[in-house]
Order: sequence, then C-alpha cells, then structure tokens
Amino acid sequence: MSKRNPEYDFAWCPGCGDFGVRRALQVALEAYSVEHEEPQANNVVVAGIGCSGNMVHLVEGDQPFGIHGIHGRTLPISFGVKQGNPKLNTVVVAGDGDFLSIGAEHIGPAAYRNVNVTAVVMDNGVYGLTKGQSSPTTEFGKVTVSTPLGKIENPISPLKHYMSLGVSYIASYYSSKPRVLATVIQEAMNHNGFSIVHVQSPCTTYNDTYDILKGKPREGIKGLAYDIPEDHDPTSEQDANDLLSRPGIPLGVVFKQEGKSLQDRYEELQARAPKRTNDELLDTYLLKI
Amino acid sequence: MDKQDFVIRFAGEGGQGLVTSADALARAAAHAGYFVQTHSTFPSQIMGGPASSQVRISTTPVLSSGDGVDVLVTLNKYAYDHHCDDLNPVGVTVYNAEEFDLPEGGHYFGIKADELAKSTGNARAANMVTIGAVANLIDFNLEEIDEFITQRFTRGRPGDEEIIEANIKAVRLGVDVAKSSGFNVGQLAPPAEPDYTQIMITGNAALSMGAVAAGLDFYAGYPISPATTVLIWMENYLWGEGRFVHQVASEIEAINAIIGAGFAGKKALTATAGPGFSLMSEGLGLAWMAEIPLVVVNVQRGGPATGLPTKSEQSDLYTSMHPAHGDIKMPVLAPGTIEECFYAGALATNWAERYQGPVILVSEFGLAERGENIRRPDLGKVSQESRASVSEGDTGKRYDSWDGSTPLPGMPVPGGPGAYVANGSEHDEIGDTTHLPHHHVRLMERRFKKLDRLDGAHYEIENADADVIIMPWGSSKGPAREAYDRLRAQGENIGWLYSVALNPLPREVLEVLKSGRKIIVPELNYLGQWSSLLRMEGIDAESITQYTGLPFRPADLVVSIGERIGDGVTA
Repeated sequence: MSKRNPEYDFAWCPGCGDFGVRRALQVALEAYSVEHEEPQANNVVVAGIGCSGNMVHLVEGDQPFGIHGIHGRTLPISFGVKQGNPKLNTVVVAGDGDFLSIGAEHIGPAAYRNVNVTAVVMDNGVYGLTKGQSSPTTEFGKVTVSTPLGKIENPISPLKHYMSLGVSYIASYYSSKPRVLATVIQEAMNHNGFSIVHVQSPCTTYNDTYDILKGKPREGIKGLAYDIPEDHDPTSEQDANDLLSRPGIPLGVVFKQEGKSLQDRYEELQARAPKRTNDELLDTYLLKI
Repeated sequence: MDKQDFVIRFAGEGGQGLVTSADALARAAAHAGYFVQTHSTFPSQIMGGPASSQVRISTTPVLSSGDGVDVLVTLNKYAYDHHCDDLNPVGVTVYNAEEFDLPEGGHYFGIKADELAKSTGNARAANMVTIGAVANLIDFNLEEIDEFITQRFTRGRPGDEEIIEANIKAVRLGVDVAKSSGFNVGQLAPPAEPDYTQIMITGNAALSMGAVAAGLDFYAGYPISPATTVLIWMENYLWGEGRFVHQVASEIEAINAIIGAGFAGKKALTATAGPGFSLMSEGLGLAWMAEIPLVVVNVQRGGPATGLPTKSEQSDLYTSMHPAHGDIKMPVLAPGTIEECFYAGALATNWAERYQGPVILVSEFGLAERGENIRRPDLGKVSQESRASVSEGDTGKRYDSWDGSTPLPGMPVPGGPGAYVANGSEHDEIGDTTHLPHHHVRLMERRFKKLDRLDGAHYEIENADADVIIMPWGSSKGPAREAYDRLRAQGENIGWLYSVALNPLPREVLEVLKSGRKIIVPELNYLGQWSSLLRMEGIDAESITQYTGLPFRPADLVVSIGERIGDGVTA
C-alpha cells in the first residue's frame, strides 16, 4: 500500500529487492531534477507488468509522470515519450521477464537508435507476480513451478547480451546499497543515449539470492557480486568484454561509449529537411500548375 | 452519339509499366477537364505475375471502376485470355503483336509498340504508342495529350525537347495503327471542366494530408501493403519544428511508440494493414484503457493471415471496432472516396483529441493507391482541435468520474501540472491501480460515455421513406451509388443511407436505421460484417457480399439488389 493512496491494492513482499531499487530511483530522480534545475514533472517513469511494474505507483513525495503499460513494451513506449518530447527525462523500470523475455525484441532497436532513455532492469531470476515460474535469467536445471523437472534451457547473460546489441551505456549493480545505486542510475540518466542499469533485485519469496550475491563473510563464503576493479576502463570495449568473461556479478559501470543520440541525429536531418507549409505541400498535387 | 464514359484497361505482367500507362492516360484526361479514377490489381511481387491497371474517364465525377472494359490493352496472351471476357460488346482489344498473335476476324488488332517506339529514337516511349492507339479508338483530343507530354517531360534538363518530340511522335504512330485497323469504340463527349481548383491524389496521400492539416505531429510505422505509402509519405513530409517521424522495428513498436507520444502531448498516428493491425491489438487496449489520444489507420487488404496483400476486401470491420480483449468499442471512421479520405484523416486526428482516446480510420486497398481528381480541400476550413489541458490549481484528477453533463476534464501533459500514471490496469482518479468494483464501474461508464462527443462526420440520407434502403460502407459506396441511381431511374422506390462514421453513428442515420426499414448492405466480405453489427442493434439488415478480392461492379449490384426487392422482401 502506498502512503499517498490507501486504496492502492498492491504490496511487495517483505525484504523484496525492489524496495531498494525504488529508494534508489526516487533519490536519483530528485537528484537529477536538482542537478538540471527541472521540476519533478519533467520526469516520466515507464513501467511494464510484473512486480517491478508497480514501482511507478509507489514512489513517494513529489510525483513524476508515469505509464503503467503492457507486458514487454516499456522500450517502444519510452521511445515515443522521449521523441514526443525530448525534454522529458524518460526512465524505464522493468523486470527480467518483461525486459529480457517478452520484451527482448525491443532492446536491439533501442540500442541501434541510441534513444536517450535509461532502463532500470530488476533481475530476480523468476516470475514473481505469477508465483514463481522460470525466467530467462533462471539458472539451468533449477526446479520451479513451471520447470518441475529442472529448467531445460540455458540462462541468458544479460550484460553480454547488451554488449552484443551495442547498448552505449551498461551498468550492473544490486539492490542492497540504494544510495550507491542512486548515483549509478543518475549517471545513466546523464548519459546521452540508451543506458541500462541492470540490478540484481532478489525475490525473497520465490528466489532468494541475497546470500549467493553477497556471500557470508563471517563464515568465509564469498558472494558472486564484486566491485569492478579501479583500473577497469569502461570506455574500452575490450575491457568490458574481458570483465564480462569473468564469473560473478560486477558492481559498477561496465561499458560507456560517448556518441550521438537519436535526437542529435534527428536534429541534423531536421536541419536539411525541406520546409513547406501545408498549403505548399497540398499544391504539389495540383492538377494544373 | 457521344459516350459519357470509357474504361481503358492495361493488362500484362507486373513491371511492364501498366500503372504508368493508366496513370499517364488518367492525367492527360484529367488535364483535359474529364473526371478520372484509376484502379490497379497486381500480385504481391515487384516483377512478373499477372497484373492490370485501368482508368475510367468520364464527363461527370467517377463513382466506381465501372462494369466492363471499352478498350483492353493486353501485353501477353495470358492477359488477353483472362481479361477478354470483361470487354463490352463493342469494345476493342489492342494486343502486343511482338509477343503473340490472334486469329483474324476478332474485335482486336495487333501493335508492335516497342518496334515503333525505337523508330522514334526513344525506346522508352512504347507506352505512348499504346496511348496513341487508345486515344484514336475513343476520339480523344490529341492536342491534350501533346500538352500533357510537354508538361511531364519539361524538367529543365538537356534533352527534354528530344524526349518530348519522340513521345509525341510515338503517340502519332500509335494513332496510325489504330486508324488503319478501322475500329472505333465511340466518341468521348467533350469535357465539362469543373470551375473549382482540382488536385490529383491517392487515398493514402489524401488521408495523410488530412491528418497533417489537423495538426498531426508524430508518426511511427512499419512497411506493409497496402499501407506502406502512408509511411513513405510521412517520412518525406512530416518534418519541421516539433514533429517526429520514424520507421520502427514492428507494428508492436509502432502502436506503443504512438502511445508514448500521445501521452507526451503529441497528435500521433500510425498506418498499417491486417497482420500489423492484429499485432497492435494489445496496445490498442492499453490506449483505450489509459485514454491516450492516437489514430490507427487500418488499410484493409484481404485476410486472414497474409491473405491477399494487394486486393480489395472490407473484412476488418469487426476487428477494427473490437480490436482487443475486454469491453471496447473503438470509434471507427470509414471513408468511401478519395475526398472523404482527406476529411477522415483530419477528423480522426481531431476525434482522438476531443475524446482523449484512440480512433480507428478504416481504409481499403481499393482506395489506397487509386488516383482521382478531386476538389482541392480548403485547409483554412480544417479545424485543429486540442485535448483540453489542465492548469495549475485544477484538481488534476485525470481519471475523475464523468457522466457527460460537464466538459470533459483536461488531460495533463508531462512537464506540466497534474502528474498521474497512465495505467492499463484498472485505476483510481490519479491512475494508481485499484481493482475495487466502484472504480471499474465508474471508469467503464466514463470510457463509453466519452464516445458521445464524437460527431461531425459526413453522412447521406435520401428517400428514407422507402421500404428498402441501401446502405454501403467504405469504398463500396461508389458502385452501390451507381446501382442505386440506375434502379431509381428504372422507377424502383428505394432509399439511400451512407455514413463515414460507423461508430458512433450520427443520430440522424441511427433514426433512419431504427425506423423499421429493410436495410441492404453491399460489402466486400464473407460474413456480412456491417449488416450483422446492425442486426445486433435490432435493425432489420442483410448483406450482399462479394469476396473475390475485387470491387463490386455496379451492374452486378443492380441485379442483386433487384433480386432482393423482387423477392418480396418488401412490397
């Protein structure tokens, strides 16, 4: 239940990673607005369907505009928002099912257009809202309600996938440190082009991976998550690919490539497009000139 | 005696310049002051395959592609075999004597257009040889063709004069062949040139122009026959401050992109055909539920699945009105002429703003690429409606209850006051998800009540006291009107009803429909879609269907309507 609206009938489970991501997003939106001296109303959050999709209703305080759309279509909707009004800071929130399964076809186009949108992907390796089915990031062999004999497919490697599609900004983080995650998201918002912040956001009910991610330091068990070494050069494609060939979940900016966004290129074409009034255009159809 | 009306058809293979020939003849005739309408049918491939393109030339506005053919130009034997039955009794065939021969004694003569064209020094003038032969057969004024050729090839390039000279010579060579054949199919009456300014335009270009005239500023689309030319039109012309146009990766992207743009404050549109429209289903449901203004143009082809990509059918009416799951009844505009395409493009754009929701403009293959000379629309008379906006201090409740007794509350735009969530899940006043019964009830009623705001589309009511009323929709209007006029001239007491808006229907049209008359609907589909929708409303309606992929012929409709009347359907 959201504080601003007692009738809102959705709640995340206790301990859900999405709480941390929401906190981070809220801080990032506020910080971005302050940094650019823009009202909160210039922010648009586009959500898909699933546990993650409800984030747009749960942001507290000064409200951004939001779209809670249909499953898998956050990227084309955000493309329309951004190109409809390039001044809007447009952020996608989606889960691994929404973004990497039903919506996977849209990542490539967003990348080769380099549309100036930031996607915050919450990866919990499971379909939570429909109660625990396997998702594209669920590991091979895992038993879930929809894979009773163990998952037969290999999992996708999201970060390698983004690299191969040419996404111009790729960061990886987890939900446990919202303050740091907020700065990562804010930096992604400031990237001129398509950026993805892929966040490990565990599902405490169906796929609790906190211990696997963070390990158990007291017992000497190392987690999968590790800080990206300081000598990593995110502007180097080679460095990024090397990093992603290592096991584990890197925390930080994996890849960053400066370049022109779709809007930059569009404005270049706009400058050389023929200028005609509607009447002049209609007159090109005149029967007799 | 002068004839008022001729149909000239060019038949052969795709890639042989059939459309170019029909188009050239149409333009020359329109230039001379006649009314013209072209119609083409071709396979879904670039080169080869049986194809034909025809033009109907008349002294009065052309309503349909007509009944039979007066002059048939056939470029191969297959084309002759498949089209010769369409020839009127006094009609003449001009066949390509370089390709095949016919036995002596028929209503035809051969012509070696390529050979004659080469003798002019311009091998590409073969079309003009044929046009010369056709012109002679219908006693068409050659000076008009010369003037057309001069205008067409005066492009300010070196060599223009030689090209013009060769083309004019080619016409004369064709004339000579036709003369020596001794055939003539009658004399075309002199034109009664209209006193208004005319444009020559296709249906797809007209509806695009109409939407832009109403302030369209965002387009996203994906190539698909027969809607592709809307995408091409937009990519060429929808430029300028505040506008955006883009070819996206699929129809799913297209619908969702215009949802985002409509939300962000733009007047947004996409155009597609059957398969693409099916992919847009879910997005259209979201646009209805979240109340996003946008326009989807569905240029119908034959279906289902890939169906008939380049043929005429009116079989998407059900899906256009009810494109998605749940309780939805989309506003639908279905223009029936090229001129109506223009005004429907404008009205659809305005309707979307006026009721803050999605509008479906249903066009057809039969209108999409058909060329016609029409009155130049007065852009100053096209209104540019805008969604009501909210100002600082308004309650800003985007999804307030609404019963129609007050103006529709404004729609907040990102960047301004009234932040809300455009939600496809059932929601409360500010768009937060709630599935409590009273919210679903009040918003269901709001969404349907908003349709009452949609009026202003063109409709026609004539002789509505008759017991039997003909009510075509879309492009079947033309042939149905010709049939109606002929039946009336024969003394039949029948009425005429026509509406560009199929949902919601204008009040005046609904009154006639509900007055207990028998309604006969000529439509190009198997199920009789429009008549069955009317029957759902308790109206006594039945269809005359045709599902050949071709438009109705007026003569066929005269017979089938006559049968219904004669059947004792009414006295």
